[in-house]
Formats: sequence, C-alpha cells, structure tokens
Amino acid sequence: MSASLLSVENLSISYASEEGPVQALRNASLAAHAGEAIGIVGESGCGKSTLAAALITLLAPNAQVTSGRVALAGRDILSLPEEQKRRLRGRHIAMIFQDPMTSFNPVLTIGQQLVDFQREHVDLPRALLRQRAAGMLGRAGIADPVRCLDRYVHELSGGMRQRAAIAAALLMAPEVLVADEPTTALDVTMEAQIIHLMRELRRDHNGAIVIVTHHLGLVGELCDRVYVMYAGEVVEEGPVDDIYHRPRHPYTQALIACDPASIHEPTALLPTIGGRLPDLVNPPAGCSFADRCPKVQARCRSVAPPFVRVGLGHAARCHEAAP
Amino acid sequence: MRPLYEVSGVSLDLAAPGRGLLRLLPGPAPRMTILSGISLAVGHGEMVGLVGESGSGKSTLARAMMGLAAITGGSLSFEGRPLRTAAEFRAMRRHAALMFQDPAGSLSPRRKVLAQLTEPFRINGVPMPGGEKTALAMLERVGLSASVARRYPHELSGGQARRVCVARALALEPKLVIADEPTAGLDVSVQAEILNLMTGLRRELGLSFLVITHNLAVVRHVTDRVAVLYLGRLAEWGPTREVFARPLHPYTRSLIAAEPQADPRKRRPDLALKGEIPSVLARPRGCEFHTRCPAARPRCAAEQPIERMITPQRMVRCHFAEENMETGGGNHGTALEH
Repeated sequence: MSASLLSVENLSISYASEEGPVQALRNASLAAHAGEAIGIVGESGCGKSTLAAALITLLAPNAQVTSGRVALAGRDILSLPEEQKRRLRGRHIAMIFQDPMTSFNPVLTIGQQLVDFQREHVDLPRALLRQRAAGMLGRAGIADPVRCLDRYVHELSGGMRQRAAIAAALLMAPEVLVADEPTTALDVTMEAQIIHLMRELRRDHNGAIVIVTHHLGLVGELCDRVYVMYAGEVVEEGPVDDIYHRPRHPYTQALIACDPASIHEPTALLPTIGGRLPDLVNPPAGCSFADRCPKVQARCRSVAPPFVRVGLGHAARCHEAAP
Repeated sequence: MRPLYEVSGVSLDLAAPGRGLLRLLPGPAPRMTILSGISLAVGHGEMVGLVGESGSGKSTLARAMMGLAAITGGSLSFEGRPLRTAAEFRAMRRHAALMFQDPAGSLSPRRKVLAQLTEPFRINGVPMPGGEKTALAMLERVGLSASVARRYPHELSGGQARRVCVARALALEPKLVIADEPTAGLDVSVQAEILNLMTGLRRELGLSFLVITHNLAVVRHVTDRVAVLYLGRLAEWGPTREVFARPLHPYTRSLIAAEPQADPRKRRPDLALKGEIPSVLARPRGCEFHTRCPAARPRCAAEQPIERMITPQRMVRCHFAEENMETGGGNHGTALEH
C-alpha cells in the first residue's frame, strides 16, 4: 500500500490530574491516505477529541505525549517547534469544529476573518484575497458569497455558519481536513446538506478527510474506513461496510445496536450498553470493555486482547475475534 | 374520553421588528406570524412527538402550552378546562412540567442537586412529604444513586444532568411532561437509557409526554402520534407508525429521507431537501413549503392548502395529499412524478 498522507503511530497521551495521569489515549494508530475519508467514532470519554487535537497539534497544555507520533507525509509534526506548528495549521491541516459560532470572531466580519486568515500564509493584495474568499464561500454553497463577506457570524443561520467554517478550512487547500462533530449542532436537513457538500468537496479535494463523531449516521454516509474507539484505544478498524455489517468487536456491535436509526421495526425499549467507562487513571490490565461486555470470559479481565486481523483491512481488539 | 391537553387552532403573532421611518407610518403595526392555526392533542398516557427544523416554532408552541408565551388566537385546555388567565395556567403548571433543552443551562450551577430537586415544591407552595428522603427516592426513580444529591451540576456527566432534569420534572407527579430535545448532545447509549426511562415512567405512572425533537429516529421509536411543524403551521399530524410508513406531506417525506442512514449501503446520492426554512418575515405565499417542495405545482404558490383529515386519524395540509396516498408514499422520499 502507498505511504499514507497522515499517520498516527502508537500514540499515547495523558492529562495531568490530581489522582495521577489520565491515560486518555493509549497506543492509538491510524492512517489516512490522499483522497480518503476516515471516520473516528466513539462515545464521550473515548479519546476521540484528544486524538483530533493531536492531529492538528493543538493539544491542551496539560496533555503529555507519552509515546508515539503523528506524521504528515512522513514528517513528525507533534515534536515541531510551536512556530512551525502554527504555519502547518490552516495551511496543511485544517479543522472544522462542532460549533461554528465559536470558531469565528463575533466582532469581525466573515470577510475580514477569511482575508486575515490567508495573510498568515500568503502575501497577496487584499482585493485578491477577498475574491478568493468569496469564491470559496460560493463553493461551500453560500448563495450570495460577496454579501456574506460583509456579514457577522451572528447574522448567519447555523447551516450557513458551518458552510462558512468549511470555506475557511478549505481556503488554503490543506492536505488534511479534520472535522470534529461537524453536523451535531445542525438540523437533519442542514446535516444532509453539509454531508452532501463534504462529499462534493471530497471529489475535487485530493487530501484526506478525518471525521470525528459519535454519530454513526454521519460516518455511514461519508467515510471509506472507520476507527472505533473505546476508553482511549482503537478497538476496531475496517472498511465502512464491514464495520456496519460485520462488526467484530462487542463494543462496535453494541454501539450500532443502540442507535435508533439502525433499528427498523419500532421498539419501545431500546438496547443500551450497561455499566460505565473504566477509570483511565488505572486502566484495566485486560480488555477495557470487559466490564460491560456481554461475551466476557475469564481471560478478558486479565490478558489484554490482541489487535486481530479479521478481514481485508479489518481488525478488532478482542480475544473472541482471534482465530 | 377527552384528551389531557388540547390545542385548538392556536395562533401566535408578534409585532414585526420595525425598520427605520416605516415605524412612524399610521395604521396597525405589521405583525409576523410565529404559529398559525395549530390543533393537536395529547391523550392520557400518550407520547406525542413534535418535529420540524429549527425555526419551525416547536419550542414556541411548547412555551405557549405552558403559558410562558401568550397566544393570540385559538384556545388551549387541560383536562377539559380552558386555559386563559395566568391563574389558570399556574394551576395547570402544578400538573405539567417542562424539561428544557439544555440540562446544564436549566440547572443552577451554584446549588447542589438536592436543592434543585426541592425547588418545584417550594415554588408551587406544596409541602414536601418526607423531605430529603423524598428527594433521594426521586433520584432513585431515574436511576441515580443517592450520592448525586450532594453534587453540583458541573460534577455530573451529560446523562446524569439529564436524569436530574427528568427527576425534577417529575417532582410534583405531573400528568404531562413537555420535553424539549430530551436527548440532544447525548451519546447513543445514554440517549437510549433516557428514552427507556421515559417509556418506563409512562408505563408505571401513566404519564403523558410531548417530545419536541428534530431526531426522527427517536420519534419513530417512542411516540404514538407525531405532529410535523413547518414555519409555524402543521404540515401533517397522525399516528407515528402510519406517518413514517407512508408520509403524505412532501415535507414529512423529505425530512424522513434527509435522515442520515447508519448503513453505508443506503447512502443517498442526491439531496432530499434543498435550501433553508424561510424566515417568518418573508413567509412564502400559498403553501409555505412550495419554495422547497420537490413536487410543487402552480396551485401551491397561489393557494394556501387547508387542513384536511385524509383518514379519520390523519391530518395533512397539502393540496395533493390524496395523490401522495396513491403513489404509495414510502419512506424513501423520492420526488413525486408529475
């Protein structure tokens, strides 16, 4: 397989806390190739936001990388000096956040921000930068881009804000676009439109798209491959069709089962995942899902399960999946 | 039997924001219609869903039903008694609770959970039998341990905060709970827990619920009847099972089709619903939905459709509802052929 554009190799990150370091990410590895959209799914506390922050080198000050690296086209980006990281962000790796209201400055117009943003990276006349900004807003599906440039973020609807945020992220044609819950704050109809837009952009964009979400529908609609995370670990990875139709890790199975969108017959009582996340200050020695797993066996509690290959590009961290 | 809560022909309009010198013109100030001619009912022990995009008036309707926003037309009644005066609404609120959209925002950050649970009693001047013991029992009923009572809201997880809101809504043993987006922002497994909790309480206590959400998957599983709101008017209203199996309003059909599929094999290549919901200040003439409707015809732009009962239980506000019935509906949301 060709070298990947973006790769995360055995990355472990912990946060300082009163009880000791919280191991938010443990030995996570993933890869994204040019032209590919990957999904990172999991519930609150699974480490997906820490992973997303690491991808754009915006880790919190109390985060510590205890092992591994993040590489863009083979170059380790987490260990770069701050100045170089700053030049990387926006230019080579850009991010779309969940709430576009907070990703724009409320007292500057959209146009001012999109122009300033480019001036960080290129030295061109303002008028030209404004033109480029309008062009990108138009591509992001904003009907009257020139007028939008003179608006403030509070004057735009939720869907328009997210389109403007996508335009801002794509302005410098970054190789990697990371989207953290890009549709969670939107209506079903706006969500469908943003999904449609991202699919279109993907066609012309030769970079990699990373979608971080707890929403299985979004990943099902948009991604080629999926990484399922639980308690700081990647517990399953595979092509999207395998993950949804042949999930091998009991957590993936449970996650899909309790999504009402995937249950066709109306049911009054929905399946749930009992129990709670393990303590990440002292992660369990065995499988981190053991306490909540319906198929748990004695060895699951003492021996960490191997990451077993179960199909082409499909692997699960589970004893049960091992041959 | 009379329904528990009845909304008949309710309208709500507000003064349109004045623009410059136009405000000085003589004559009545321009009005903007937020809700118009809404009729629906919540039966005893029934769970009704209210769906629509942001800006369709869902939350305003909920506030009007609780007496927190004054209606300008139609009538509201609770247990057969009309709700007109502030005193009548206050008496009704003793038996109906509103669960707000944002649990963190509706819990006071400076007070422990225990204090928040006793608040409904104090506000309504109802003695709290058993005091703290009652509060702990309330927590237990929503699946929280007693230790939660001593915590502040910021020490709770999203699911726990939501459960505290459910517990508080149930404090005075209401007959009706209006839940505004009860599962927004929750993980899927926690969402399922909250929905199961609501379903369980409904069975145990015979509670009625009005669930306001834009999550159609939730509505499909937990509600008995569903009302679809578009720009302040009902587009469709009927038994959930039938509405989902065969949506008769093109808006309902498009909403269902726009839902992301958790199955990559069912990806939709095209868009089910383009554009955005229009502003109430620029309400389209004729049928409000005609500007986005995949099946709009000239009549739709000229003439406003009226509410019609297509079957004894189903109301649809579309000129062509009968045709939609014949084309079989189906929930794949394909555009109608003409």
